[in-house]
Amino acid sequence: MAAVEVKNLVKRYGSMDAVKGITFSINEGEIFGLIGPNGAGKTTTLRVLSTLLSINGGSVTILGYDLEKQAAEVRKHISYLPEDAGAYKNLTGRAYLQFIANFFDPKEVPAMVQKGIQITDLGGRIDDRVDTYSKGMMRRLLVGRALMTNPKLAILDEPTSGLDVINAQEIRKLVKSTAQSGTTVLLSSHNMLEVEYLCDRIALISEGKIVQEGKPKTLMEKYNARNIEEVFIRTVRE
Amino acid sequence: MSGLGNITKKEIRELLTPATFVPIIMVALIFATMGTSLSGLQEQALEPPVIGVIVEDDTTYSTMASTILKTMAKSVYNSTSTADLQEGLEVVKQHDGVAVIIIPRNFTDQIQQEKQGTFEVYWIMKGTGLMDSISSGSLESLLSYVNTNISKQLIKQNTTVNASFVLSPTKRLETTSYKNREFVGLSPNTISGMLASQSMLIPIVMMMIIIMAGGIVITSMALEKENKTLETLLTLPVKRTSIVSGKIIAAAIIGLLLAIIYMIGMQFYFQGFTFSVGVNLATYGLVLNTVDFIWIGVSLFLALIAGLSLCMLLGTFAKNYKSAQTLTFPITMLALIPMFITMFADFDTLPMALKVLTFAIPFSHPMMASRALLFDDYLLVAGGIVYVGIFAMITISIVVWVFKTDRLLTGTTKFKWLKGLKRRRF
Repeated sequence: MAAVEVKNLVKRYGSMDAVKGITFSINEGEIFGLIGPNGAGKTTTLRVLSTLLSINGGSVTILGYDLEKQAAEVRKHISYLPEDAGAYKNLTGRAYLQFIANFFDPKEVPAMVQKGIQITDLGGRIDDRVDTYSKGMMRRLLVGRALMTNPKLAILDEPTSGLDVINAQEIRKLVKSTAQSGTTVLLSSHNMLEVEYLCDRIALISEGKIVQEGKPKTLMEKYNARNIEEVFIRTVRE
Repeated sequence: MSGLGNITKKEIRELLTPATFVPIIMVALIFATMGTSLSGLQEQALEPPVIGVIVEDDTTYSTMASTILKTMAKSVYNSTSTADLQEGLEVVKQHDGVAVIIIPRNFTDQIQQEKQGTFEVYWIMKGTGLMDSISSGSLESLLSYVNTNISKQLIKQNTTVNASFVLSPTKRLETTSYKNREFVGLSPNTISGMLASQSMLIPIVMMMIIIMAGGIVITSMALEKENKTLETLLTLPVKRTSIVSGKIIAAAIIGLLLAIIYMIGMQFYFQGFTFSVGVNLATYGLVLNTVDFIWIGVSLFLALIAGLSLCMLLGTFAKNYKSAQTLTFPITMLALIPMFITMFADFDTLPMALKVLTFAIPFSHPMMASRALLFDDYLLVAGGIVYVGIFAMITISIVVWVFKTDRLLTGTTKFKWLKGLKRRRF
């Protein structure tokens, strides 16, 4: 069974069509990348799949649940990391993880918090207030928050956005190992190297439409390109 | 364009938003309605008081007193027998009058014996607000004028008269009837003054809680958006109703705590100004019992929930901390308006427009509850509780609905019915 089934998804903001009937599916345990230029509709698609926005057309099924009719069920199994997310500034890192974990099965809360602390790798700083964290520390906390709940589907919008090379590399490894443990991952990114390294399959999205979809290697061969960046530039210009 | 002009233009464009102007326009409309309604009270103050006069004595001073009263007030009932008192009260009541005054048989004799002549004043109290006592205040002034004229006459006739007597040759024996109760020895002014000082606490507590807790709710929503935590919260397995209720309950608790701290300070402040007029309202049955306090508590609690849900709704419009500050203004005004109205006027005697406005503002009800309960007006309190409960439920439902739409994140809402309407019209 596919973890995510998107059919002819349409999303409008007033009179503007942000997503114009896209169709794709993601297999369980797969890392699927949504790649495209700014304003292509990546974040809108991720927000729709995260139950944040309603849809104007088409259908979306996540883990067998209809997104529109069973949004509450979907929320139990997904985890969404927005690109510019923040955390509650008055809480410590540990208290923030605890706050999030409390929404899930009470029996699993201590293990979740422990896992979150491990993922964030903040050491003693986990007990400091969030407003004292650097951008990298904040992003690690948020990635920890997103992955500690053992989601069946992790939706990550630019997971390494604003991070330095070392921090970004750590998070990529983390995403990879999360997928290996059975979590399906849907991510968007501007970083083509990251996409090439992480994703089993990708969809190139431009002006609200999917223009190419497939395995990174297959697409590179198809366009006779040395890397995904070249594929991306060519498809966007076409 | 100069640097100054460029910046000014940009700032005006940023500040000139519906969120800034709509609340101010609404408050201006409320004040305009209040002003129009209150202008009637000003006219009332300038009119002579409507009275009934029963004169049993037809000698010097009683004639003088009745002449002044009939000339300077509008007398709608005249008689020469105290047996006609009830009839007089009915007639005066029908003419929306203020009192029936009896000048008894021995009025002049008493004064001539250097004993105070007694005016028996039977007040018809209309409401307990300070504004409601305008007419009775006018009549009190008129009786003082009669007193002064008799004093002058006494001095003219006899220069050796007792000084303390001559300054006050008359006294009043007062009985006030209000809501089927009689208060012997009290004038409407005394009752209004005492009630105003006794029931000032609840309006102030209500206003403080709403301003403090309301600000907390609106700011909390604004910060969720500004700190980018709202999106995460909305994707967690938690009901929208729980998010809305959780925010309201937390703000209510903090608001109550802050109000308690504030009230402790206020109590000390008020103690510095408290003076006694030697009247114990409990003697007249004007005291609240345990059941009354439960009514007030329920009214206060529901008004708080209604107010906070209204703040929550406003909070969904807040984009950031700055816009949240603007949005607290209408809530502050909504809390201040009933506070002033209930301090100065009685709900029963308000003009219809003001009555509707006062009833519609949920915060009015706990403010009015204590006075209403003192006079056993359970209908007003129960009606208020039902209204505020419905208001709170509807507002919370709207907030939960907003939380389920795109509006919260995108600022737009998908109205399918509106779309259909537009298609049909164009």
